[in-house]
Amino acid sequence: MQQTEFLNTVLPFKDKVFRLAKRLLVSTDEAEDATQELYLKLWTNKNKLGEYKNVEAFAMTMTKNYCLDQLKSKRSNNLTLVHSNYKDSGISLQHEVELKDSVSKVHEFIEKLPEKQKLIIQLRDIENYDYDEIGKILDLQPTAVRVALSRARKTIREQLKKQHNYGII
Amino acid sequence: MELSNIEKLIEKYENAETSLQEEQVLKAFFQQDAVPAHLLEYKTMFNYFEQSSTERYTKSIQLKPRKSNWKWLSIAATVALLVSIYTINSPGTISESERQEAQLAFQETQKAFQLISQNLNKGNTVAFAGLQEFGKAQNKVFKTNK
Repeated sequence: MQQTEFLNTVLPFKDKVFRLAKRLLVSTDEAEDATQELYLKLWTNKNKLGEYKNVEAFAMTMTKNYCLDQLKSKRSNNLTLVHSNYKDSGISLQHEVELKDSVSKVHEFIEKLPEKQKLIIQLRDIENYDYDEIGKILDLQPTAVRVALSRARKTIREQLKKQHNYGII
Repeated sequence: MELSNIEKLIEKYENAETSLQEEQVLKAFFQQDAVPAHLLEYKTMFNYFEQSSTERYTKSIQLKPRKSNWKWLSIAATVALLVSIYTINSPGTISESERQEAQLAFQETQKAFQLISQNLNKGNTVAFAGLQEFGKAQNKVFKTNK
């Protein structure tokens, strides 16, 4: 596989890789490093890429595994990731400060979800993959994906509701 | 889109039964500013999803692996190993002053050993004389017994 061909296959989903890495690793720097590292891995394995029907799904799986490994080694080193990169300015769609606050709350709620649900929310609601693709990426049955997704959506919604009600009282 | 339809979709959405198209419909619906109060949470959620999906990887991707560092490192390690083996095995060079000092120390030690052995020899002759005395006495005793 030549460099241009390689880049044409893998570059279109670099943002997805980055966002998935950021979802798991939280900090932007770590996510950037992970993305860079992942593309190096893809590049060194470029001859094998042809064997995969869905390179993107394969790359997403690699990203997931790489980030989880990173997290594991971070945890065993007793280091916690510090994140100071909430995007609360810029492209937000609503102008009310209150709503902006609750949007970054969603970020927090997702962060607190179990790893599997976090991944599924990211892949479905943000990256819009279909259930089969998510199943392939995470090595799960599509029904299992649906169950976890439903649970995650309900959790986020309920927590937002709680937040809301407390705000009023 | 009618509100009742949206509510139906929301319910399907919560059970993860919506298709991607239906989710696009929901997304579009929650883009608008006027959203019924009981659906505000969903607006927040969909806004967040929309916002998150616009984040971009801005750095350029390097495809030249940093692996070559390892190659150089291994070469350096091999060289260091060879040099250390060579220096351990080859006889060390000693400077002239060190050689003289060693010679001096050797002579001094030899003198000291000489002294010790002379004194030991003296003691030896004394002890030997004592031993002869003992033999004489012994002979006397055994003679008288016979």
